[in-house]
Amino acid sequence: MGSYEYRTYPYRRPPELDGGGSRRPVVIVGAGMAGPTLALSLAARGVASVVLDEDDTVSLGSRSICQAKHSLEIWDRFGIAARMVEKGITWTEGEVYLRDRPVYRFNLAPEPGHKFPAFVNLQQYYVEELLYERCAAEPLIDLRHRNKVVAVAPRDDGVTVEVETPDGRYSIEAEWLAACDGVRSPVRHMLGLPYPGEVFNDQFLIADIRLKGDLPKERRFWFYPPFHPTNSVLLHRQADDVLRVDIQLGRDADPEEEKKPANIDRRLRQMFGPDARWDHEWTSVYTFTCRMMEKFVHGRTIFVGDAAHVVSPFGARGGNAAVADADNLAWKLAVVLAGQAPAALLDTYCSERRAASHENILNSTRATDFITPKFPASRAFRDATLALARDFPFARALINSGRLSVPTSQVGSPLDTPDVDADWTGGPSPGRAMVDAPLNGSWLADQVGCDFTVLSFGSGETAPAGTTLLSVEAQGLVGQRYDARPGTTYLIRPDRYVAGRWRHFDSAVLAAALGRAMGKETAC
Amino acid sequence: MLKRDLNLTRPDEVYNAIVDAHKGLDEEQVRAFDAKLILLLANHVGDETVIREALKEAAKQ
Repeated sequence: MGSYEYRTYPYRRPPELDGGGSRRPVVIVGAGMAGPTLALSLAARGVASVVLDEDDTVSLGSRSICQAKHSLEIWDRFGIAARMVEKGITWTEGEVYLRDRPVYRFNLAPEPGHKFPAFVNLQQYYVEELLYERCAAEPLIDLRHRNKVVAVAPRDDGVTVEVETPDGRYSIEAEWLAACDGVRSPVRHMLGLPYPGEVFNDQFLIADIRLKGDLPKERRFWFYPPFHPTNSVLLHRQADDVLRVDIQLGRDADPEEEKKPANIDRRLRQMFGPDARWDHEWTSVYTFTCRMMEKFVHGRTIFVGDAAHVVSPFGARGGNAAVADADNLAWKLAVVLAGQAPAALLDTYCSERRAASHENILNSTRATDFITPKFPASRAFRDATLALARDFPFARALINSGRLSVPTSQVGSPLDTPDVDADWTGGPSPGRAMVDAPLNGSWLADQVGCDFTVLSFGSGETAPAGTTLLSVEAQGLVGQRYDARPGTTYLIRPDRYVAGRWRHFDSAVLAAALGRAMGKETAC
Repeated sequence: MLKRDLNLTRPDEVYNAIVDAHKGLDEEQVRAFDAKLILLLANHVGDETVIREALKEAAKQ
C-alpha cells in the first residue's frame, strides 16, 4: 500500500543514559507538525530544545493535507516553504455541487501580489519529512526518535520528564515543557487534565488513492451526488497524483465493513466510472470531536496544537492552528527565557490562542452542522439553502462546506495597543495578522524577521531598541494594503500580528506599545 | 428596529397569500417551504439586528 516511502529516523543513545545531559530550557514532546515547528522557531531565536518522539518515522497516512498561506509564511523562515510549494499542489479555487450540478465556485486568492498562495496541498508526511530534515541540520535542536515520555513531574521552576528508550529509562529536566503530543496527549493524561468539548457521531471515510488520468487541481464538494446520493463527498488533490476522497458515511455505518477494500472500490467505481484505474494509498474511517482545554499553560507545562484544542477537518484548521500556536509561543518563550519579559507573557499565549481556537471551533462546528445537520429543522434550512443556491447568489454564500483557514483574529489581546487615530479606512488593525505585499522586487513577508518590526511609511526615524526598522514608501500595493500615508507606522509582532499602528511616527508611543507587547503591562 | 405597526398596504391579501401557499403541503413540505421563505425574506431584510429581534419575538410563547 502506498507510494510514499517511509524513512526510518535513527535512534541515538541519549547522553542522559550515561550520566550526561543538563537542565534544558525547553523540552518538546511530540514530533508532529507543531513540535518541530516550535523547535525551529525557538532555534531561530537562539533557544535550544530537545524534541522527544516515541516513533521513528513521520505521520502514518496523509492526515493534514491543506497547508495554509500563514503556515507557509512561518515555514519560509526556515527555508523549507519553497520546497513544500514545489512538491505540493497549489490551489485557490473550489467548487460545490448539488446532486450532479455545480452551484457555487469560490476563489480563495482575492488578489495577486502575495508570496504564497492561499493553500498548498501536501501530505503531512512530506511536511514532517522537511521539518525533520531541517531540524537535523540545526545544532540547537536535539530531535530524539523512539524516546517515549512515560511520566512527568511538575515543579515550580520546571518539569522532570521520564523517558523510555530501547536502552532503558532516563529523566530529563526542562525549564519549560511543551506538550505537542497530539489529540490523545499522553502528557495531558499524565497530568490528569480534562479535555472538554463536543463529540460528533457522523462517520467519514477517507480513501487516499492514486488515480490515473487528469486530476482536478481544486477542492470539490458534493451534497447528495449521484454516486453517493444520501450524503456528502469531498475531493482534494494531493502531491504524487494522490486524491483524497472523503465520504460521509452517516451515523449508523459499520466502520469495519466500510473499510473493506471491496466496499471502498464499489463506492469509488460509482464515483469515477467504469474505466477509471486507481491504487490505494491510505484508508481511514473517522469521527471527530471539537475540544479545547480550559488553560493551555499549566505551571511550566504548555499545551500546543491538537493536544490543546481539536476541530473537525472541514476548514483545514487543525494542522494550521498547531503551526500558528507554535509561532505564537516561540517568541514569547524566547524573551521569557532571556529574562526580557515576565513569565506572565506566556499567559497571553493561552488567551490569544484560546481566542483563535474559539474562532476555529465555531467555524468548524458551523461547517459540520451544515454538512451533517443535527435536527430536522437544521436539515430543512440546509436543504433550502442548497435549493435556492442555483438561482440566488446570496444562498451560495450561505453554503458552508468548510470555511477555510485564514489567520484568526486576536482583537482585544492585552498585548496590543488599540487604534487612537480615527481615520483608518483599511489595513490590518491591532490583533490582526499582517498582510503580505510585493516590496522592492521581493516580499514584505521576507522583511519581517524574528524581532518586532517597525513598518514605517515615508519616515526614516530611529526605531526603539529591540525592533527592526523597515522604512518603505507609502505607495503601490504595500501602501494600499496598509492604508498608508507618509508617517503611517505599524508595530508588527514577531508572529506577524499587528501590535499597534499610528498615523504619525512617535518613538515614545512606539516604545510604550513595545513594552505592552512584551507583556510588561500584563497583569495576569 | 423591527416594525411593530402595520407595514402592508393590503394586509389580508398578503396574509392569505402566505397561508394559501401552504395549502396541501404535508409537514415535511411545509418545513422545506418555510425554510426557503425565511431565507429569502431574511436576505431581503438584510439588517442583522432586525432579524435577531424577529427571531426573539417569534420564540416568545
